[in-house]
Amino acid sequence: MEQVLLIRYGEISLKGKNRHQFERRLLQNVKDALKGLEPRRIELAYGRMYVPLKENAEAVIERVKKVFGIVSVSVAAVVPLEIEAICEAALQQFNQVKEGETFKVETQRPYKQFPLQSPEISRRVGGYLLKNTGNWKVDVHNPDVTVNVEVRQEGAYVYTNKIPCLGGLPVGTTGRAVLLLSGGIDSPVAGWMGMKRGLEIVGLHFHSFPFTSERSKEKVIDLARKISAYSGKVKLYVNHFTEIQKAIRKNCPEQYYVTIMRRMMFRIADRICRQEEAKAIVTGESLGQVASQTLESMGVINEVTKIPVLRPLIALDKLEIIDYAQKIDTYDISIQPYEDCCTLFVPKHPAIRPKLEPVQKAEEALDIEGLIQESVDKTEVLVIYPD
Amino acid sequence: MTNVYLDNSATTRCLPQVVEAVTEVMLETYGNPSSLHKMGVEAEKLLKKARRQVASVLRVEDREIFFTSGGTEANNWALWGTANQRAGRGRHVVTTTIEHSSILESAKRLQEDGFTVSFLEVNQEGLVDPEQLQQILTEETILVSIMSVNNEVGSVQPLRELSRVIRSRAPQAVFHVDAVQSFGKLQLYPKELGIDLLSLSGHKIHGPKGVGALYIRRDVQVKPFLIGGEQENCFRAGTENVPGIVGLGKAAEIAGEKLAANDRKLYHLNRKLREGLANIPGAHINGPKSPDAAAPHIINMWFEGVDRGEVLLHSLESEGIYVSTGSACHSRREEASHVLKAMGLSGEALTGAIRVSLSYLNNEQEIDYFLEKLTDVVSELRELGS
Repeated sequence: MEQVLLIRYGEISLKGKNRHQFERRLLQNVKDALKGLEPRRIELAYGRMYVPLKENAEAVIERVKKVFGIVSVSVAAVVPLEIEAICEAALQQFNQVKEGETFKVETQRPYKQFPLQSPEISRRVGGYLLKNTGNWKVDVHNPDVTVNVEVRQEGAYVYTNKIPCLGGLPVGTTGRAVLLLSGGIDSPVAGWMGMKRGLEIVGLHFHSFPFTSERSKEKVIDLARKISAYSGKVKLYVNHFTEIQKAIRKNCPEQYYVTIMRRMMFRIADRICRQEEAKAIVTGESLGQVASQTLESMGVINEVTKIPVLRPLIALDKLEIIDYAQKIDTYDISIQPYEDCCTLFVPKHPAIRPKLEPVQKAEEALDIEGLIQESVDKTEVLVIYPD
Repeated sequence: MTNVYLDNSATTRCLPQVVEAVTEVMLETYGNPSSLHKMGVEAEKLLKKARRQVASVLRVEDREIFFTSGGTEANNWALWGTANQRAGRGRHVVTTTIEHSSILESAKRLQEDGFTVSFLEVNQEGLVDPEQLQQILTEETILVSIMSVNNEVGSVQPLRELSRVIRSRAPQAVFHVDAVQSFGKLQLYPKELGIDLLSLSGHKIHGPKGVGALYIRRDVQVKPFLIGGEQENCFRAGTENVPGIVGLGKAAEIAGEKLAANDRKLYHLNRKLREGLANIPGAHINGPKSPDAAAPHIINMWFEGVDRGEVLLHSLESEGIYVSTGSACHSRREEASHVLKAMGLSGEALTGAIRVSLSYLNNEQEIDYFLEKLTDVVSELRELGS
């Protein structure tokens, strides 16, 4: 029996005039997600998308489930426009249902030439199911199972399942942002959340070899690869941060190491944003988690850029962040022991509530422009694709 | 960029002659030694030759060499196989606190299986005390396993004395030596030293990875560890890794021929290295103070004001120099080396240590380059350190 994957997208159909543009982007993202699989024509109609399922249906579903903007999908059987065929398909689908006692049949009939009207179709299919199954009862108000029938010009679509998806907005529809991507647990989750709200994420990693190893860079690439499964690809800047760290270490007071280091990171992110025409910086900061994530620290650090800084995890607890990391499969990579920010540069007593003025004063000892330019010149740009 | 490989106790580069021999087997003599036809016979002949090559380096009989998948299997087998073979005669096993983890973990498993295991402690130089061994041995002792050269600090255990102690106090015990770091480098002859079992590995002597051997003295019984085939005289099942074994044989032959010359060269490089270190203020060596108790190819060092060996390692890496922190097997974990801890070390001597391990393929210029860069890197890290 021929099958299609029916894709529903909720929120973007509410977007008024932009709807068309959103749909087009979603269509493109679905196509990108299916790259490498057998090519197929994807149809867009009545606020839904229809992906023909041929071989490796499982792989198609797995990939489509990771496309933001999709609310749910269903695997539907496509049968000729005959009531007998519809009943038979409904029974087949229904037999695959494992649990429940009550059901109802819901019919939509956009193709008005079909001789039977929707209620009649529902009645006929329901009757057929009652006759051919065991102890099931009909309940039109709170059914355990809904059998859906859609009558369209090219055939009837019959399905019972509905697989919930991630929702959100299609990646790319809300703009581009630079994500500060460390090797930790938080930042990949923050990037994923940005993607969920339609951002195209450009990763920026600060690498401080030889204070951290080649393996810590590989780890970041692995993380970027994981989240790229939700966006098709991720561009990743690997910035050479070593000289900046050394300069801070040599010239600035110890309690401000982290504050100044973060300010330098934000300055570089600001520069990459302009280069990439990105409109925001995304970080994995969570309020109060570490010394640099107090309100005072964030204020002083934020002062170096006018570009909006988005902090999707700001109100999440560590355990909640870990839950997300496990869900998107970045957790096991993040907890590998290769450090991303050398402990050599983490002071024993960092300033928890730094004030702007002394920090600015401490920074006078640095050739900020020169250091940034040098590190940007040594930046490596990679494009990471999913496995 | 300059490439100076000083991590030869982690693994070594294969010699071209070894690669050639291995390739020949893979492409031409690829028969299964157990096959009845000519191709099987040809492969079997190669095994025989390799067995001869390994045996002659140790000055033992061919039939006393059993090929394994490497040092780890040889060590696992020696402990498990001996203990289980002799459990009826006693249940006491002796080893040391500085063994390779393939011995330590095997010993722990024997404990779980109801054996009593004593772990001999070492002094600050990484050496076992024969007196202590004497006190620990009983009539119940069935196995003593002590390594020849420690992989992290290069201490050379006094095997002759230890063996004498075992023979007089516990003649019933089997004496196993993990010689992975000394085979093909030090003159080590089991028959002379009264060693019953000895483990060795191919990739530490410019041979291939994934192959090693266990020497089992003729009249010692060791229970087979891998079963399900009649290979290796019914003592080690599984189709023989003929290419690997041939590579090991070739590497052993070359190492054996050049043993004395290599030894001289390594002592020379070692002296140069020690002299150079003496010129770096605040440089220290972990391990035997006297070069006599130290293998020439392993030097463990640390520097005052440098508390993370890992950072030192990566700084040298950016100059094209490759060393290790502790042993490669556990340097990917965060924990400090069990060997250095067993030697009673703490602070920077423990967390800031790096290991340089030499091969006879290294030369003086490389040592000079290393010392030059080391001096720079150490002073830079000191400047950055708190």
